[in-house]
Amino acid sequence: MRNALIDELTTLAVTDPSVVLIVNDVGFSVIEPFQRQFPQRFINAGVAEANMIGVAAGLALTGHRVFVYAIAPFTTYRCMEQIRLDLCRTKLPVTLVGLGGGFTYGQLGTTHHPTEDVAMLRALPGMRVLAPCDALETRALVPYLGAGEGPIYLRLEKAGQSDVHTTLPAVGPGCSVRVREGTDVTLVSYGTMVQVSLAAAERLEGRGVSAGVVSAVSLKPLDPALLVELRMRPVVTVEEHSTIGGLGSALAEAAADAGVPAPRLRLGVADAYAEVAGDQAYLRSLSGLTAEGIETRVVAALGRGA
Amino acid sequence: MSQAAISLPEMQARARAVRRFAVQATARTRASHIGSALSVTDILVAVYFAAMRPDRAGIHGDHCILSKGHAAVALYGVLAERGVLRVSDIEHFYENGSLLAGHPEPNAEAGIIFGSGSLGHGLPVSNGMSFGKRLAGSDGHTWVVMSDGECEEGSTWEAALFAAQHRLGNLTAIVDRNGIQGMGSTESIMGLEPFAQKWRAFGWRTLEVDGHDLAALAEAAQPAGSTTGQPTMVIARTTKGKGVSFMEANNDWHYRSANPDELATALAELAG
Repeated sequence: MRNALIDELTTLAVTDPSVVLIVNDVGFSVIEPFQRQFPQRFINAGVAEANMIGVAAGLALTGHRVFVYAIAPFTTYRCMEQIRLDLCRTKLPVTLVGLGGGFTYGQLGTTHHPTEDVAMLRALPGMRVLAPCDALETRALVPYLGAGEGPIYLRLEKAGQSDVHTTLPAVGPGCSVRVREGTDVTLVSYGTMVQVSLAAAERLEGRGVSAGVVSAVSLKPLDPALLVELRMRPVVTVEEHSTIGGLGSALAEAAADAGVPAPRLRLGVADAYAEVAGDQAYLRSLSGLTAEGIETRVVAALGRGA
Repeated sequence: MSQAAISLPEMQARARAVRRFAVQATARTRASHIGSALSVTDILVAVYFAAMRPDRAGIHGDHCILSKGHAAVALYGVLAERGVLRVSDIEHFYENGSLLAGHPEPNAEAGIIFGSGSLGHGLPVSNGMSFGKRLAGSDGHTWVVMSDGECEEGSTWEAALFAAQHRLGNLTAIVDRNGIQGMGSTESIMGLEPFAQKWRAFGWRTLEVDGHDLAALAEAAQPAGSTTGQPTMVIARTTKGKGVSFMEANNDWHYRSANPDELATALAELAG
């Protein structure tokens, strides 16, 4: 995902002289292609994120298409007020790239786990929140980044070129994509939990449950098609994010507003910090975010018994 | 407009007009921060009338950001004097539905390219604007007017490092150094001195001027010759509440507004 993004930005910068990339002293072995080719338009803003967001705003005010690239907690929690006032209030089309969604950087500890970022960012007026599930979805989103009014938060994880898709999917703000058909229940997820949801769907198939999977991609604005899905069959949201304020919450809010059934289950990270060391798979398992864990809870919720 | 294009008496008259508006507008609306507005008025007049260049228009041209947004009423007064805002706009300051709030909202048409109100945002954004103008091949300059209390914000010092690192010679920061913040003197709360030495140590070309000497301010605020030299810090020594005797250096006027009798006295002192 990261390499795909930098690859796309490096290509974009050839034809768009307004593209600027800012990092907070990260990006080793990823950002160098851009840095080498466009040294004037690459800024390492150092370990100073409040200033970094302000600089991004100032560059956008002077007509630049700005991409801020940092590990997610440091381009969100660390500088929330700068995002709110400098970017959102000023309606600037800056792209915040948040690396390491959820427990991607599991062993690095709680400081490096963005598990409330979606909740915080989507509450900001004018902010759009996008979370692709693989490198192809990431590439498909690039034309929308830096375009339109207001900022975009792009939540990235680590995933290969074609972990889910085999062709460039038609995704964008307000546009999800179905990655598996199913008639009994639909798992709606984002990021690399889409892969886990697909594995859960396979297991459910063996239990006689036909489960579809949707990659939500756009957590704000939500795809209106998700409301149609809620009308048609039980929906289970699956996210590597707190159950407070993430996709499950967003969909429940939208359901309440539209008068359609809420998601049957909202699977996500418990309202607690990890407090222990662990890799991504381990930390996911503590919240039941495994194929087996999803399967068990979906079967129970649907009343299918064993 | 170059420095020579406006006379000192005219600048002084503009500053008096801004102060009269600020005192009246805050009295009418019971708005706070008149002391801060009177403190920064001369700085804003010098920047808008003697430093900014009308032929540097557009997004890569000259801009001024008022980072100490609580002095918004002074900015509105200056923008009206400059002809950017209409008198009919500023008369609605603070009213329901008005575009002119107690702290400036961003409004490009009103000459406010970046809003403020939370301290410590102006210098980082000015960094980006200065960087962006230079990247675009322009000699456009950015002025940012800050409070001294604002220099307690960590983001200000992050930005100070950045401006020096990237040699933003097209950036001038002016601090309204009145020495008083919300609850008392800066030195009793979060001491800033030796203030000029701090900025010099951070790599800034640092000037100190009387912040109510319009000629000195005008000279200090001129754009530096090179867009790739040191950024400039102008420490403007000011008096909070300047121009109205009973408001000067009295921090009650960070919160209070004038009653009818006080307003009459203030306007008499600011006549001419």
